[in-house]
Amino acid sequence: MEIVLQVLFAVVFGVSFYLAGRKFVAIRRNILLGRKESLTDQPARRWKHMVLFALGQKKMFRKPLPAVLHLFIYVSFVIVNLELIEIAIDGVTGNHRTFAPYLGGFYTFVISLIETLSALALVATLVFLWRRNVLKVKRFTQPELKGWPFKDANFILGMELILVTAILTMNGADYRLQQLGAAHYVDTGTLLVGQFTSQLFMHMGTASLEHVERIAWWVHILGILFFLNYIPYSKHLHIILAFPNAYYTRFAVAGKMENMPVIANEVKSMLDPSAAITEIPDPPKTFGAKDVTDLTWKHLLDAYACTECGRCTAACPANITGKQLSPRKIMMDTRDRLEEVGRNFDKHGAITDDGKSLFGDYITAEEIRACTTCNACVEECPVGIQPLSIILELRRYAVMEQSNAPNEWNMMFNNMENNQAPWQFNPGDRVNWKNEI
Amino acid sequence: MQENLTNVPIMAELFANGESPEVLFWVGCAGSFDDRAKKITGAFVRILNSIGVRFAVLGTEESCTGDPARRAGNEFLFQMLAQNNIAVMNGYGIKKIVTTCPHCFNILKNEYPALGGEYEVLHHTAFLQQMIDEGRLKVEGGAFAGKRITYHDSCYLGRANDIYEAPRNVLIQLDAQLAEMKSCKSRGLCCGAGGAQMWKEAEHGNKEINIERTEQALEVNPDIIASACPFCNTMMTDGVKMKEKEEGVKVFDVAELVAMANGLFA
Repeated sequence: MEIVLQVLFAVVFGVSFYLAGRKFVAIRRNILLGRKESLTDQPARRWKHMVLFALGQKKMFRKPLPAVLHLFIYVSFVIVNLELIEIAIDGVTGNHRTFAPYLGGFYTFVISLIETLSALALVATLVFLWRRNVLKVKRFTQPELKGWPFKDANFILGMELILVTAILTMNGADYRLQQLGAAHYVDTGTLLVGQFTSQLFMHMGTASLEHVERIAWWVHILGILFFLNYIPYSKHLHIILAFPNAYYTRFAVAGKMENMPVIANEVKSMLDPSAAITEIPDPPKTFGAKDVTDLTWKHLLDAYACTECGRCTAACPANITGKQLSPRKIMMDTRDRLEEVGRNFDKHGAITDDGKSLFGDYITAEEIRACTTCNACVEECPVGIQPLSIILELRRYAVMEQSNAPNEWNMMFNNMENNQAPWQFNPGDRVNWKNEI
Repeated sequence: MQENLTNVPIMAELFANGESPEVLFWVGCAGSFDDRAKKITGAFVRILNSIGVRFAVLGTEESCTGDPARRAGNEFLFQMLAQNNIAVMNGYGIKKIVTTCPHCFNILKNEYPALGGEYEVLHHTAFLQQMIDEGRLKVEGGAFAGKRITYHDSCYLGRANDIYEAPRNVLIQLDAQLAEMKSCKSRGLCCGAGGAQMWKEAEHGNKEINIERTEQALEVNPDIIASACPFCNTMMTDGVKMKEKEEGVKVFDVAELVAMANGLFA
């Protein structure tokens, strides 16, 4: 029986990592379907940025209460997964708590820390479920979260509940078994939380306790392996991609829009036919973005890094005043469309036209027209996503490739072209104000 | 000295005389053509003259920077306007620019360099703070003593360029009471005009953005809403009118408040 479980464990462990790895490779491939963008300069500054914003969660603390609760879950996740090393060794060898005899008091400390963090994470998870389902915080109940995204969020929180409950049960039963002097259950020292959770099992005998401990152990490890495979399909992917997304941040001030060298060249030679023009390597196939492949890889990484928290949308002036635009939806649409393009790629071995596109089928002109380019969405994002950059690329496509602009904008364009001002004034009157002041 | 307060040197004339200004004042389309914004332009010119800053304007050689076209998605139009402006300014050897419009400021400072237009660009609130720090400008306190002022952050100064303190530091000189709105600085709510929204009706929704922002401003019971952008000024002025509060609450640019404090208006 023992050896069967050991083999089963090794197989499940290996297959889980293989499947998850395959999905992660596919995601990387999808991201690299985007256009080039150079974001590798200043490595020292990038590392610092990542430590501050991904590891340190600096932006989260704009909202202190959710930030602290989120920190409980985050730190417990990181520390608990350190124990995965021991669990893997135990699982394969059939040992129990392999490290305990070697680490002594330090082992007691680490396990007590894991238990404490798990207890705090349990509290945080319950508060988060309450905020979503009872309090119905506005940003968690907006239209783009209807259906799968809402279930996804609750499912993740439910999984977390199961995982931390499993840890606390496992340790409580284990501690009680140690007290009863059960063979195989090595001395861990006095566990900070386990000494109390063990009280729940006072009425149980050794045999039932061993069952409880084993079941909790298996639920925990199988839960983690399942979670590993669930993450890349879910908004929970942010726990991994927040790091590269912070590293590859755009350091330019938020107000700066990227230049379009192809158009700059065209206009330059139009204004001065003798001007020296530097050829643009790898020119884009469209002006602006119609589909995800017209965006850069950083836009696409942004989309996968989004955890749908909706702080962007809650701060968006257009959304606050009831317009269709939601920066979160822009990111969710970009990811959904990219997944679709990726599936197409898998089927045909290359990017093939499926008659659909990000702009038109997912995001409408009405949405992108409502943006005031105020950067509130960019400022709020805890993982450094820039929805505005995508919106502006879609606007470029709409206006330059489709002439898809509201009439008032066409009038504005005409005025700017003919009168050098967005209003219909005579350019010769531009300095008349000096006689009026 | 008072009679020269409205002196406006034109760059072409200065250049013809072999002179160069300390700084080019980029007036912008709103400051040139919009009746309300022209008052801001006037106030800033009076301040410049009162402290003897040798400035010049491009006059009819100035064109729109292209900001609304670029934000709306029309890169061609932006490039035409920008490249023309850069040719004009580089022709005059312009080194330093000050502007009363945050949109002009942002695009001149951050986006013209990629097209060969490299200048030191200051927003007028930062310029005023610099003048105060250097001791060239003294703001007379008193005129606004006891008044309650709330400052509305312009997105293109604040989040776009991290300029939150300069306008506030100038306002502090007025000896007034500064009250912050619930959303201020990096959390400041947009007035609704940016991204070329100024030139079109808003999309369908349940409220105008400027009304939402005006309500936030009115919550702190100000006598004055201070702005640092001609478009914010228009949006907030309209908002105050819609809320029928224009008797008690006035909207002024930071430059206008300084000019008033120093008695620069006749």
